[in-house]
Amino acid sequence: MRTSGPGATGTAPFWLWTAGLILLALAAPYFFYPIFLMKALCMALFACAFNLLVGYVGLLSFGHAAFFGTASYITAHTVKVWGLPTELGILAGVAVAAALGTVFGYLAIRRQGIYFAMVTLAFAQMVFFFCLQVPFTGGEDGIQAVPRGWLFGLIDLNDTLVMYYVVLAVFLFGFGVIVRTIYSPFGQVLTAIRENEPRAISLGYRVDHYKLLAFILSAALSGLAGSTKAIVFQFASLTDVNWTMSGEVVLMTLLGGIGTILGPVVGAFVIVTMENYLAQTGSWVTIIQGVIFVICVLTFRRGIVGVIAPYVTGRQHPPAGPEPARPVPEVAAR
Amino acid sequence: MKLAALAGFAAALTIAPALMIAGAAHAQISGDVVKIGVMNDMSGLYADITGPGSAEAARMAIADFGGTVNGKKIELVTADHQNKPDVGGAIARQWYDNDGVDAIVDVPTSSVALAVQDLARTKQKAFLISGAASSDLTGKACGPTSVHWTYDTVALANGTGSAVVKAGGDSWFFITADYAFGHALERDTATVVKASGGKVLGQVRVPLNTPDFSSYLLQAQASKAKIIGLANAGGDTINSIKQAAEFGIVAGGQKLAGLLVFITDVHSLGLKTANGLQLTEAFYWDQNDASRAWSKRFFEKMNRQPSMVQAGVYGAITHYLNAIKATGSDDAVAVVKKMKETPVNDFMTQNGKIREDGRLVRDMYLFEVKKPEESKGPFDYYKQVGTIPGEEAFKRPAGNECPLVKG
Repeated sequence: MRTSGPGATGTAPFWLWTAGLILLALAAPYFFYPIFLMKALCMALFACAFNLLVGYVGLLSFGHAAFFGTASYITAHTVKVWGLPTELGILAGVAVAAALGTVFGYLAIRRQGIYFAMVTLAFAQMVFFFCLQVPFTGGEDGIQAVPRGWLFGLIDLNDTLVMYYVVLAVFLFGFGVIVRTIYSPFGQVLTAIRENEPRAISLGYRVDHYKLLAFILSAALSGLAGSTKAIVFQFASLTDVNWTMSGEVVLMTLLGGIGTILGPVVGAFVIVTMENYLAQTGSWVTIIQGVIFVICVLTFRRGIVGVIAPYVTGRQHPPAGPEPARPVPEVAAR
Repeated sequence: MKLAALAGFAAALTIAPALMIAGAAHAQISGDVVKIGVMNDMSGLYADITGPGSAEAARMAIADFGGTVNGKKIELVTADHQNKPDVGGAIARQWYDNDGVDAIVDVPTSSVALAVQDLARTKQKAFLISGAASSDLTGKACGPTSVHWTYDTVALANGTGSAVVKAGGDSWFFITADYAFGHALERDTATVVKASGGKVLGQVRVPLNTPDFSSYLLQAQASKAKIIGLANAGGDTINSIKQAAEFGIVAGGQKLAGLLVFITDVHSLGLKTANGLQLTEAFYWDQNDASRAWSKRFFEKMNRQPSMVQAGVYGAITHYLNAIKATGSDDAVAVVKKMKETPVNDFMTQNGKIREDGRLVRDMYLFEVKKPEESKGPFDYYKQVGTIPGEEAFKRPAGNECPLVKG
């Protein structure tokens, strides 16, 4: 369906592009500031996880910061206070994010469209105030000076370059899981649900199970991104669980191209680059972001990748179909 | 012939980097430039106290030093940390790692300062703190390359706290900003209050940057404490004092003790609301000829009188640059060591000395805000009611947890 959907023309160029991008990623830290690249990779993984839900199931969650932030707190706490090894700390973060996703997902998928978004936002706000008040998160101070430690007791993560390649590996793993999910029969059912839910039900699919599973997967991968970010910056703070983080991931995904595989990655890099280089202008960053968002929605609704990809893969005309940015049709019967 | 040329070329290639490294080690100023980064709150609730004014003070310090030290250029960069520890931490990391910043200066908001402190310690770079208050910066979180310049929560507690108890305010209720700074200020003040024979009836923790203090003020009112201690700063202090006036708390017989009030806060509050407040500061523009002369220059640039934090930024940078000049190096460990060996004398500090834990020990002053009829115009706000000698002001009643001192 999407440009990179199953059976997309030109498999060879696709793999060529992938190889090129990975080469680029391997060489990048020699040309750019590695911490900046790591932040962008974490945000890209977060956006991809979010995109799995909004782009392929049609569920617009407005509370993904809850998973991202909780996981980063859990990882920071377990590594710093409990002294867990880094990889176990990250796993703990992912596990808690997945558990949280199970609870939120179970309750939220009963509603659709704007109601779904509002329910997830409400849950995320609950998590935010929880994190603000419980002692272990350190409130406004956050959890600071988290040791990066050693990966598997062998690899010293305090070396920035080593840390970068570990983050890259984590990103590629998460990205791989998402791509695999999208191309799997499971992913096909998800797309079917997005396109026409009553029809999927009438075909005998237990729609709620699929949706819940996708929600949990998305939450866990968001958690993976959050945990990794906590290790990179040695820091977990309220910013990660604030609603603005939920908004930012929506912005990244929309800007890059909703429902495209590479879109969220491109969107994340664009937004993080902007934040990085416009930081000097202070509060102007948000205004510039807002303007870009408006321009994007008005002129190229399929996002950067959504517009460019058809030319790159050699298909001049993107397939007909509903605008990806369009909300899922409401189904009154459910 | 040709071969010899080639061999010579190859030899030159191998030797050149070695020569370059040797040259760099000789000059001992990394990157041939001394880069100073002023990081603070440029647009939020602490912008008046620090903000662009601190950047201007830094610019003045560099210009007065002549723009160069030992023939190397001095550069200034600034950034807005939005009072978020993660934003500040990321900027500091990039400055130290990538942008060749030698010293980070100011950094109000103790939570952000603690994040920068961690980086300064691990990366062995200089950190000159003027805006942040938490005494933990020279306590359990101290670092060998940091200097805490202007004031801290211990000095505020020893100043305002003990003065208020001596005047009969022996029962306290705290309204505390809920982050590192507020916690430290409440803790240090409560220690002083108890040591002077007073008691603490309770406290309420308030999120940073709160617009509505009504429920907290009502709790404070219900506690029947004689003194309501405001362990907050900047916009939060202004809001809580204004709203306390609206609730008739002062009229009802309870007294407010602003534990950290800056001249810029008094300016925003107006003398009608602020008169009678007792406060502790390290600097007031109208103290003596030297402070007036410096403040006049600052006023010409910023159109307002400097806060003690902004004056402290100037002093800290000047002392830092002098130490670089003396050591001929910008290596933070050596420079900060030199700073600690040299007594501080400038327009705001007489015979200041930097303790081993990084604390600059200087006299603090107890002021009282004038009544409207006593003031001759804008910024004529304080009358000095006492001087607290440095040794007394920065004395920690409970001992110091700093590993540098415990040794």
